[in-house]
Amino acid sequence: MLNADNIKEYLSEIEEALQNDFQRKTLDTFAVAYRTGRANAFSGMDIPGLVKDIARSKDDSLAEMDELYQQFKEKAQALGVHVHLAADAKQANEIIAGIAREHQCRNVVKSKSMTAEEIHLNVALEKEGMKIVETDLGEWIIQLRKEPPSHMVLPAIHLSRYQVADLFEKVTSKKQDSDIFKLVKVARRELRREYVQADMGISGANFAVAETGSLGLVTNEGNARLVTTLPRVHVALVGLEKLTPKLKDALLLLKALPRNATGQQITSYVTWLTGPSECKSSADGKKVMHIVFLDNGRRKLSSDKNFSQILRCIRCGACANVCPVYRLVGGHKYGYVYIGAIGLVTTYFFHGRDKARLLVQNCINCGACKEVCAAGIDLPGLIKDIHARILDEEGHPPRSKLLAMVLKNRRLFHMLLRNMRFAQLPFADAKARYVRHLPSIFMKGQDFRKLPVLASTAFRDKWKSVKPNVSRPKLKVGLFSGCAVDFIYPEQMEAAVKVISKGKSIAQDHPEKQTCCGLPALMMGEKDAARETARQNIEAFASSGSDYIVTLCASCAAHLKYGYPKLLEGEKGLEQKLKAFTDKVMDFSSFVRDVMRISPMLFRKTVQKVGYHSPCHLCRGLEVREAPRANINLVHEYVPTAEEEVCCGFGGSYSLNFPPVSRTLLAGKMANLRAGGISAVGTDCPGCVMQIRGGMARAGIDIEVKHVAELMAEQLK
Amino acid sequence: MQEEMVNTFTAKAEAVSAVVRKVSNMQQALEYAVKICDEKEACRLLLAGCELAVSNSAAELCQFSSGEKFIAAPGLDRDALTGLQALAKERDIKVVSSGLRKYASGLDMGLAVADLGLAETGTLVLECSSEDLRLSTMLCEINILVLPVSRMRTGTDEAEEELAAMMKNGSAYLSFITGASRTADIERVLALGVHGPLELHILLWEDD
Ligand code: SF4
Ligand code: SF4
Repeated sequence: MLNADNIKEYLSEIEEALQNDFQRKTLDTFAVAYRTGRANAFSGMDIPGLVKDIARSKDDSLAEMDELYQQFKEKAQALGVHVHLAADAKQANEIIAGIAREHQCRNVVKSKSMTAEEIHLNVALEKEGMKIVETDLGEWIIQLRKEPPSHMVLPAIHLSRYQVADLFEKVTSKKQDSDIFKLVKVARRELRREYVQADMGISGANFAVAETGSLGLVTNEGNARLVTTLPRVHVALVGLEKLTPKLKDALLLLKALPRNATGQQITSYVTWLTGPSECKSSADGKKVMHIVFLDNGRRKLSSDKNFSQILRCIRCGACANVCPVYRLVGGHKYGYVYIGAIGLVTTYFFHGRDKARLLVQNCINCGACKEVCAAGIDLPGLIKDIHARILDEEGHPPRSKLLAMVLKNRRLFHMLLRNMRFAQLPFADAKARYVRHLPSIFMKGQDFRKLPVLASTAFRDKWKSVKPNVSRPKLKVGLFSGCAVDFIYPEQMEAAVKVISKGKSIAQDHPEKQTCCGLPALMMGEKDAARETARQNIEAFASSGSDYIVTLCASCAAHLKYGYPKLLEGEKGLEQKLKAFTDKVMDFSSFVRDVMRISPMLFRKTVQKVGYHSPCHLCRGLEVREAPRANINLVHEYVPTAEEEVCCGFGGSYSLNFPPVSRTLLAGKMANLRAGGISAVGTDCPGCVMQIRGGMARAGIDIEVKHVAELMAEQLK
Repeated sequence: MQEEMVNTFTAKAEAVSAVVRKVSNMQQALEYAVKICDEKEACRLLLAGCELAVSNSAAELCQFSSGEKFIAAPGLDRDALTGLQALAKERDIKVVSSGLRKYASGLDMGLAVADLGLAETGTLVLECSSEDLRLSTMLCEINILVLPVSRMRTGTDEAEEELAAMMKNGSAYLSFITGASRTADIERVLALGVHGPLELHILLWEDD
């Protein structure tokens, strides 16, 4: 659970988390093992098709939440269940405490429920003088340690066997062995006693099936079966979003949940409760059964056009499993109650702006969570949206306001960039083109990699002199350079122009009025500025009449193609232009390989071993995976290295705001590249070049870092 | 078709460390159960942590233990139960078929007949609205479930209507059981038997 109140405190908590070697190692191993486990569990299945079906099925259910609730209630009541609807956390806690009072329950055994964590149920019941024992092993451990979960599925993943053994020593007053199997058995015995004594069992539910009034519970340990069997009273706390019309819908979700969560095809137990079952410790031989549905903002959210998709979440935890930031800092620093990408989003709605403000800034926008989400939720997009919303509610900080103002005015922006070079000069190492030293206010925590100086001439100012003359063009390419290529690495675009000019009858154009793609503004929550630059770019290219819009920057490309339609949705008179624009956007590597079908005969292939770093927005944003690797292999020997698709830690302004995370991600990236025995690495994004090249230079490692366009141009015959 | 289903089922169940055997009649199933129970370690709670450093009050649960072995079989029909009792008696094993709450400290074995099998995941479906039947599959250390092969389905898609019908027709507690009880909550190391059975044995009864 995040304690920090401001970014400075948050950063120091992050630094501390980064020092936690055990957690780092565990999460590293987990991240790697998870990938294989998941792939095996889904093997032979159509994952995108399944995700689509789940999204549709959940959306349909969400649209009729109230009706499903009514239907469920009628069915369940007819079976003898007491059904409640709690408007918020407080009310839910009161209802459950009331049930306990009515039936004179004092000892509660509980199976895992994130929804109960959401409303801090244990705290509320303890205030009533009740004893609550978590029975899921991980939950029990963290309950004994008085900690919140650090992962939705593996709540105690941050702890070692030694910490658990120490804890059990306190609980049992006996010396404990640190053997995991023995510890598990000790827990088994200790918890059996609790089940026997308990008079109330509390569970959550993964599904609530309206047609039969049934609850579905998915567990591995089997504790939920004991919790719902031994005590005479059973209370299930269920979020309204768990309602599905039919068993069929629940079974569909069940196909994805265990596979995406832990790489299991199914969990050991799936339990379906339809009304009170036999219970011999109850006076009339039947279980007293209450179901408390929780609203807590869900009903309102379910009709929000953009944010309702949050409620599709099936709580598989996968978005944390793949998140590079989670992997470094762990769940206690990457969520409030709900952890990982979905936690960043739900915290705002379930726990308020104060708890969410810092969290939503700590997303590097790598897209890994979105790619893995079982319910097809656009997590990074929503995180940005909430960030923007918080800024709108609280006022934009001066720095981001200034950026927005400048970005909206292209001439001013470009003039400032040109002038910035002069401001940088006194600090620059002119030959190597790195900033030698900057006044410390700019450089705090940034010295883990060298930063480049701006180029002496921007690409836009060179264009006239490098533009190839093509007499009777058959194809016209519009070049979109993006700020980093235009002002820092114009040589990358020059290389691209050279390569493209080898194609027959291809004319190239670099429309003068193009400007920043707008992603940095969006990342800072400046939606208006992002919209304005989008409009300017669409205009700039509309008049150029190109067949393709080719970019060297993966982030620009993904934003132009998929970000613009979202930003400008419903803007009158723009639909056609917008579509014409986005349809044409393509990354450099795909263009030369798939459109130009560039011939290997054009290049001198060497035996040099060259690796590849896969930019987040290329592999996941545009789903381009093969083209850049094939292009490298045209000119050198491409050598695969470990975790090519894991973020390098750049993330635009992210690396300026969260230097410790950026630094550590970069260190991991460089270690993997070094281990590959390569002499150079190619990538398809100027941001990644800046980050990795700067890191290599700072560490004095002799691995060249280049854009794939440069690698290709250098080997042209 | 059916053979393929049985093969898939077996492979999937074994992948989650279930033991799968074929039997040609109920008598063989009973003999298998009694044999396994007989070969099991004498203290019925040994596997479950009796010898370990549990707290004094948790150790007290052991007072129920008298060193005898118990098979819980509350769901068996009269013939099968009589057959089981006869076999068990020869080996000094007690058979219990009701009042299972008393055995919260643990049972050596639970024996029941499953209602459906789902091949694609190696899953058994057990209708256990009866409290004793439910407890027999949870409190035991070794869970033995007999699955008549005629009740095997390819997966939830095929079984969905049958399952929904069970729920509509008074099945208050329906369990999917796949492998033994498991956890990976400490250092992600897989450990079996955290709350429920430590072993699951599936006896495929070729009933047609
Ligand atoms: S986009 Fe990347 S950094 Fe952001 S939450 Fe998702 S996985 Fe984590
Ligand atoms: S947001 Fe998606 S990936 Fe994350 S827990 Fe929910 S369903 Fe799983």
